[in-house]
Amino acid sequence: MHEMSIALAVVGQVESAARAAAGSDEAAGGDEAAPTARSVTLRVGELAGVVPESLRFCFELACADTLLAGAELRCETVPGRARCTPCDADWATGLPPDLCCPRCGGGASELTAGRELEIAEVRWAEPARVPTSKED
Amino acid sequence: MCRVTELQQAVLAKNDRSADDLRARLAARGTNVVNLLSSPGSGKTALLEAELKLACERGVPVAALTADLATENDATRLARSGAPVKQVLTDGLCHLEADMLAGHLEGWLPDPTRLLFVENVGNLVCPASYDLGETVRVALASVTEGEDKPLKYPSAFGLAHLVVVTKADLAEAVEFDREGFLANVRQVNPGVEVVFTSARRGQGVGELLDRALAAHEAGGPAHRPVMASAPQALGHHHHGSQHAHAHSH
Repeated sequence: MHEMSIALAVVGQVESAARAAAGSDEAAGGDEAAPTARSVTLRVGELAGVVPESLRFCFELACADTLLAGAELRCETVPGRARCTPCDADWATGLPPDLCCPRCGGGASELTAGRELEIAEVRWAEPARVPTSKED
Repeated sequence: MCRVTELQQAVLAKNDRSADDLRARLAARGTNVVNLLSSPGSGKTALLEAELKLACERGVPVAALTADLATENDATRLARSGAPVKQVLTDGLCHLEADMLAGHLEGWLPDPTRLLFVENVGNLVCPASYDLGETVRVALASVTEGEDKPLKYPSAFGLAHLVVVTKADLAEAVEFDREGFLANVRQVNPGVEVVFTSARRGQGVGELLDRALAAHEAGGPAHRPVMASAPQALGHHHHGSQHAHAHSH
């Protein structure tokens, strides 16, 4: 159940980003409050060892009383993929992953995707302004 | 219209940076961390006790930090070896993080310590995600746990520099399928070495110590797990930058 630690890390990073946005706005002469988040999108690799359902539950708790209160968590799953350097094969690892090359049986492969655990984007609630943004 | 910040930050970037920092600081004082991961009851403490005892006999300066959710029983057992031992209670947290470990080492880690064994919380899921600044990560499984452990916990076994089988003296009694286990390890971590041990009989105790010392001498583990070759989310060696721009949706 390290999903709570992960949820808290996500909240911390999004709050920092919100404050950085408000701070840089201040430098530009504004005094706007930090924006609140409406949704946060995570990229979660199939092999990252994180359970999205559990993360969603923890995220809701971790967001309480923060700039993310009520924000929606969106998880994009990234399938595991590996490549064999000697024979140039490329395959979906599946779960549990098979990291031996299906073509030559060798173990000199490389994992090219599937361990991601990253914040892709944050959507901010209107009308708070993200100062570095350009209005469309 | 909706404003979007493409944050592109690895969620565990902060822990990864702390781990890199701790690894460098410990290396500067000649200490390498051996991070031991296993499920509860795998015989991690018994094996560690044997390792510490052997290291003390050989005159290798070692120390151990053992993390548990509760109770100080493990530290009491390990201290019988004569090596410096510290018990850490995580107070319910299922894993150690690099900052926590750094805090616990402050003012305690004896000088000199060549190898610091960290007995992580008994859990094969959560600790796998947290780099503690170790030089060698060891995943352990006892013969009583079944052959499919590496497939059930691919991150723990897939990211290990060394796999250790414990309670090997019971293999026959529980009809442990050695070849099946090795094939499962190979599937998630091709090329990793598997050491068979029995703390009770002293089997393999020296091998584990030798591998840890070899990594210490070489300044890194001999094996590079395939799973560790993944492009580490964006944060491992640089700070995630914030690109804020607006999108119309």
